[in-house]
Amino acid sequence: MRLRVLASAMVCGVMAVAATACGGGAGSDDSNDKTIKIAYQRWGAGRVMDTFLEDMKKDFEKANTGTKVELVPIVASENDYYTKLQLMMRSPRTAPDIVREDTFLINSDIQAGYLRPLDPYLSKWEEWDQFEGPAKEAGKAQDGKVYGVTDGTDTRGLWYNKKIFAKAGFPVPWEPKNWDEILDAARTIKQQVPDVMPLNVFSGKAAGEASAMQGFEMLLYGTEDTLYNPQQKKWVTGAKGFEDSLDFIKTVYGEKLGPTPKQALNKQIQNTVSADWMPKQELAINLDGSWLPNTWLKTGAKPWPQWSKVLGTTPMPTQNGQAPGKVSLSGGWTWAIPQKSVSPDLAWKLIEQMGSKENNLRFVNENAQIAVRKDVAGEKAYLEAQPTVKFFTDLVSVTQYRPALPEYPKISNEIQVAMEQVMTGQQQPGAAAGTYDKAVAGIVGEDKTTQRSK
Amino acid sequence: MLRRATRGLPLVPSVGLLLVFLAGPILYCFYAAFTDMALTGSGATGNEFVGFDNFAKAFSEPAFANAVFLTLLFTLFSAVLGQNILGMIIAFSMRRTNKIVRAVVGSIVIGAWVLPEIVAAYMWTAVLGDEGTLNRVLEFLRIPGQDWLYSNPILAVSIANVWRGTAFSMLVYSAALSEIPSEIEEAAEVDGATGWWRVWHVTLPMIRRSIMTNLMLITLQTLAVFGLIYAMVGEGGASGKAQTLPIYMYEQAFKFSQIGYGTAVALILLLVGAIFSLIYMRLLNPGKEAT
Repeated sequence: MRLRVLASAMVCGVMAVAATACGGGAGSDDSNDKTIKIAYQRWGAGRVMDTFLEDMKKDFEKANTGTKVELVPIVASENDYYTKLQLMMRSPRTAPDIVREDTFLINSDIQAGYLRPLDPYLSKWEEWDQFEGPAKEAGKAQDGKVYGVTDGTDTRGLWYNKKIFAKAGFPVPWEPKNWDEILDAARTIKQQVPDVMPLNVFSGKAAGEASAMQGFEMLLYGTEDTLYNPQQKKWVTGAKGFEDSLDFIKTVYGEKLGPTPKQALNKQIQNTVSADWMPKQELAINLDGSWLPNTWLKTGAKPWPQWSKVLGTTPMPTQNGQAPGKVSLSGGWTWAIPQKSVSPDLAWKLIEQMGSKENNLRFVNENAQIAVRKDVAGEKAYLEAQPTVKFFTDLVSVTQYRPALPEYPKISNEIQVAMEQVMTGQQQPGAAAGTYDKAVAGIVGEDKTTQRSK
Repeated sequence: MLRRATRGLPLVPSVGLLLVFLAGPILYCFYAAFTDMALTGSGATGNEFVGFDNFAKAFSEPAFANAVFLTLLFTLFSAVLGQNILGMIIAFSMRRTNKIVRAVVGSIVIGAWVLPEIVAAYMWTAVLGDEGTLNRVLEFLRIPGQDWLYSNPILAVSIANVWRGTAFSMLVYSAALSEIPSEIEEAAEVDGATGWWRVWHVTLPMIRRSIMTNLMLITLQTLAVFGLIYAMVGEGGASGKAQTLPIYMYEQAFKFSQIGYGTAVALILLLVGAIFSLIYMRLLNPGKEAT
């Protein structure tokens, strides 16, 4: 009896485990060499990418008779998208021929052996010279080879509502010189226009990478510190800038200048901010990205034609206004070819087509992306596509990239945890920073940490 | 001898399928737990054998300890106490009621059970949320409400799990109670045993085996609850206050791509299940004298 019950208990448990943990690749496709599959993320209501790719598919099939392009939209949130893509790339039966890769994961996927170097193709592609230096670097691995072609990037800054500022008696255009001036503006708005939320800074695990990147790192990279020291190849711990950034979060949430922790810890917060609070003019200042107009375009999730009249943009200042005075972080996506693709040559032809000047111009315009091709960035049609394009393109001169290392997602998670501890008042910034330091040492190893940022 | 062998022949395909689709993945999980297998990064190329590293890492992580504690709390409250006792009470009280009441109560409880997990989760989100039904009722009664999903997520998911799983315990106990010969209870009554005394000394010992089976099954099921918690409070609620082991495992395996570590955590979950089973058998094994 005893043994039998134990055995059945074990089997039940293992089955539950097997179902959740061992999600191996499954399913097969009748892939012949004439079909190329292109995998990308689809999430929320927007279909901008789908429309673009539909047209690319038509053009490509017309120009290459006998070939077929199969669109494989992966309906998933960001983290789940990476997971599904990685599972697909593990097996030749499921590997797509083209994948859309986030620049911050491209290095670890290269390390995993999922992607194919594109150098043989790039050397014959004349238009590659048109790509900006940092954009070329974005898809480059530690072996010096390029594995992905970037199609656009993004920058980050402060969005503010001019009408609310006018109501609060604040001069517009608004140009804060340091953190204190941001907090002062928020405090004034709280006093003068009590029914709006003064300032949103994403924080905590629910908003995920938005908390780490738009929220925390936009602060941290404006201090004397950073996350990673590239010279020493070590992660920074014990940084004063880290604690100061947490202190900023504490002020925002502690003085009730931002959302309540409960609102901030709702998984939908990002959508709520761009599709609800901002169009309803309930939010005065938002620390966010260049892509926001995406939501308000005619094709977007929440069309809002008046946005360009109501909203202003200004760079995020450094902590005390120290040089270079403003901060921005950038990410972006690339098109890459998996190692296990069955028809890489055809796949490359499609990437070439998508990356042409004409198509790239269309892509960056429709996606509210910041151009990475010099010729596209100089186009009138690009510069005039959105009123904010010039502003966010100019931020490219100061922008920084996240440490594109395999440990980054885990470190980002620890940042979010520290933010959450501070915003909910469970820990003081000093203690939360201490916990973070310990966690980082645990993730990368004590010998891979340093006290020096630069 | 030959006849015996041929008689077993029809079983070969099913045994083969079991080996491939059941034993295969299970063994693979055991293997994965001892490697640095990952979905991306260096761990995705060759799976290096790392011995007990993954387990050692788990026991040194505060987040893991937190998850173990919450899993035990969740299981204790929602399964061992909630589902089990409530199911038993309903089963007992339905014995003496009339057919109509029995049919109504039965269908409500079983209705909760057959609803898909995700529907139940959304329903309870609507009840326990900030603007939810519960707070509206409390407001009406002038009792201050709170956002249960935010302030006390483990309680919220426990309530939902009790609501969902009580039917199973009720069915098990109803079946067990109906098998007790009525003469025994009548005899006890004639001997002067009434009410609680009779339940405690006569009825419960007779359904001991069912209690054990029920506890074992609902414990194992509750230990593995994932969808309900994930849909109600995401990756474990604010500050991980509802991050049970399955949610923690999901985060490690899929968000951070550490399949090896995630499977190791899964094996520990399995061990927790086995420990529970052993405890139940020690406490409730009827032994020879009772049968």
